[in-house]
Amino acid sequence: MLRFDEFAVALGGRTLVRLDGTVAAGKVLAVMGPSGAGKSSLLKAVAGLIGPPFVVSGRVLVGEEDITRLPVEARGVGLMFQDALLFPHMSVVGNVMFAVPRRVARSRGARREVAMGHLGRVAMAHLAEADPATLSGGERSRVALARTLAGAPRVLLLDEPFAALDQALKARTRDIVFRLAAEDGLPVVMVSHDPADAEAARAQVVEIRPCQEGEGS
Amino acid sequence: MVALAAMLPVAAGLVGILAPAFGHLPALGHRGVSLAPFAALFAAPGIATSVLLSAATGLAATALGVGLTMLLLAASYGGRSLVVAERLLAPILSVPHAAAAAGFVFLFAPTGFVLRLLSPWPSGLEAPPDIALVGDPYGIALVLALAMKETPFLFMMALVALSQVEAAGRVGVARSLGYGRMAAFLHAAWPLVYRQMRLPVLAVLAFAASVVDVVMILGPRQPAPLGGRIVTWLQAADLDGWFLGSAGAVAMMGLVLLLVGLWRAGEAVAGRAAARLRLGGRRWRRDRVARVAVLGFGAVAVAAMAVSFAGLMLQSVAGYWPFPDVLPATVGLAVWQRRLAMAAATLGDTLTIALAATAAALPLAVVLVEAARRGGVSTRLVYVPLIVPQVAFLFGLDVLAIRAGLTPGLGAVILAHMVFALPYQVIALAGPWQALDPRFEAVAASLGAGPVRRFVTVRLAMMTASLLVTAAVSVAVSVGLYLPTQMIGAGRVATVTTEAVAAATGGDRRLLGLYATLQLVIPLLAFAVARWVPALLWRRRRGMRPVRWAA
Ligand SMILES: Nc1ncnc2c1ncn2[C@@H]1O[C@H](COP(=O)(O)OP(=O)(O)O)[C@@H](O)[C@H]1O
Ligand SMILES: [Mg+2]
Repeated sequence: MLRFDEFAVALGGRTLVRLDGTVAAGKVLAVMGPSGAGKSSLLKAVAGLIGPPFVVSGRVLVGEEDITRLPVEARGVGLMFQDALLFPHMSVVGNVMFAVPRRVARSRGARREVAMGHLGRVAMAHLAEADPATLSGGERSRVALARTLAGAPRVLLLDEPFAALDQALKARTRDIVFRLAAEDGLPVVMVSHDPADAEAARAQVVEIRPCQEGEGS
Repeated sequence: MVALAAMLPVAAGLVGILAPAFGHLPALGHRGVSLAPFAALFAAPGIATSVLLSAATGLAATALGVGLTMLLLAASYGGRSLVVAERLLAPILSVPHAAAAAGFVFLFAPTGFVLRLLSPWPSGLEAPPDIALVGDPYGIALVLALAMKETPFLFMMALVALSQVEAAGRVGVARSLGYGRMAAFLHAAWPLVYRQMRLPVLAVLAFAASVVDVVMILGPRQPAPLGGRIVTWLQAADLDGWFLGSAGAVAMMGLVLLLVGLWRAGEAVAGRAAARLRLGGRRWRRDRVARVAVLGFGAVAVAAMAVSFAGLMLQSVAGYWPFPDVLPATVGLAVWQRRLAMAAATLGDTLTIALAATAAALPLAVVLVEAARRGGVSTRLVYVPLIVPQVAFLFGLDVLAIRAGLTPGLGAVILAHMVFALPYQVIALAGPWQALDPRFEAVAASLGAGPVRRFVTVRLAMMTASLLVTAAVSVAVSVGLYLPTQMIGAGRVATVTTEAVAAATGGDRRLLGLYATLQLVIPLLAFAVARWVPALLWRRRRGMRPVRWAA
């Protein structure tokens, strides 16, 4: 469970976004709003990837643990962007192995097995040895998802992850993402332009407007 | 075309050196092909040591420089220290090699500043120790001085590369997967950065293995590394020396090729080791101590350089300055007064050469980066003059110039400086030139501006600051060139750098201080102009503030 407690991101004295409420395991919170409203900034703030000039106030909790002051690497949040941002100097399975925590598997053989499991979940096991640069857009998104899940996150943050895909591909990729997030019991915060994304996820929706407050439930 | 033209002098110089290396010098009545010069080369006393020294110091200085760059970047990435480092880069980069070497001697010689600080307490020394702290037979001082001088250059090339690889997002992903700050950078961004900066790294390797001026100031003697010996041979006014030097230059070319091969093999090994580490998944989350240590080391190194430059200036006005004293007993302007007339003439020639070479090369650089932006050509070829060792092609160029009836002089030196100014200009200009949004020109075109008008009033105008910085880089490069001035000028053209090296080898510290001061001041002035002119010009235009790579 992910809980926001008067969590707000401000820029130059203006509050961009303000959130209160909880996202249960396997459920999706969709944050909608025009460009520049501060959606990406909100996700970065939850992940701990934001600094000056932005000011973050309030708290974010995962379960009972307050993660607001933790460094990025200690938060356990999985991130996915519009660009898959695969590491071009690693193979597909190398990307996923990079994410597997050592408490899950230590030896290289075991880590590889875990990684292959995650690739199987996104139907990419057959391309494990491929160069990420040779993949199609949909395949790249799926590998990015496998990598994120392999990191054993406690929360999933999606920043317009389907925006670069065409309609048919978008629907299929979206289904995989939400199904696997539910399987792993992850609370999801998704930023999107497309109301269909929120519908597909049966998400609670928060609208944010430039310079105004949005209230979650 | 322009890129090929940039290679031409190098190719010509190599051809020019091949003939005498094989005993063919028709101008002096020697015809035919013989291996006698090489036989003489291999019979030269201590030649094996010289070759080993060149190879070892070149590889060690480059490895040290690349390693330091990697650690400094990993420790500062995403923090305020990267912004600070970037601000400090231009002034440090603009320091000529000879001045940096002189500064190193000022700090670490047996009579140097560091030992003075430590004496008589706690070192217990009343007189300078009789050990070779600089000019040591193993070239340790040479390696350290070269690494110190090349690290800022490699750091800047890494920043340029960083802006081309979408590092921020990938490092963010690695950190969100639990990796510590340094580990996230090293795993997710460094391999991509390194791949982009491989050519500059090879240029550093070739330079370090064949360097001459730094060797003359603080390198091993008897035997000196190969580069230094080649120059000694070539400058001996006898035919045997020419043959020997030419054979040495060809051998140097082979040595650098070999070193490049070794380096590439080393890259492959290091790359495989890094890949294993990535798959192992260790997070290295607690890296605070390492980060502070690396940044602390960087700060100390920068401070030491600043102290050494202040020391060189002080040295030029120092009177009596006995050993354990930290500061001279008396100061005075004696050297400046005595040498002013000569120094002024040298300064005039230095500026003439630097400005002429810069002005002549800049249009070529613009043509090159514009062609590269349109995707027509690659700018990789302009690195050739930086990767081929200078000693290997400059003498050949000289031989050809004499055959063509050109007299060595200011004009020839300016042309030679252009060969080195151009690649650095392209390096400095390529990043900002690519980064300018092409839609500005598209808008201008849609408003009816023709190609010439939009190139001048949109692109060149918006590039004012970058063009000036490029010019400043080029002036700094030209001022710092030793070998091209010395060899193409046939000893008849003097710049502040050739005079500084002469003063250093002659052991005249006050005169060295004077010329080193001039060496430091000219590039700094150039960068100050490059910074203030656009600031003044665009003081009412926020959008024209310089774009920073680290942003
Ligand atoms: N590094 C930055 N410094 C200052 N302002 C920024 C920075 N990054 C983004 N902004 C501003 O913050 C606001 C929110 O941006 P962002 O979160 O990317 O919006 P969205 O994702 O909703 O399009 C925008 O007005 C943007 O201009
Ligand atoms: Mg956004």
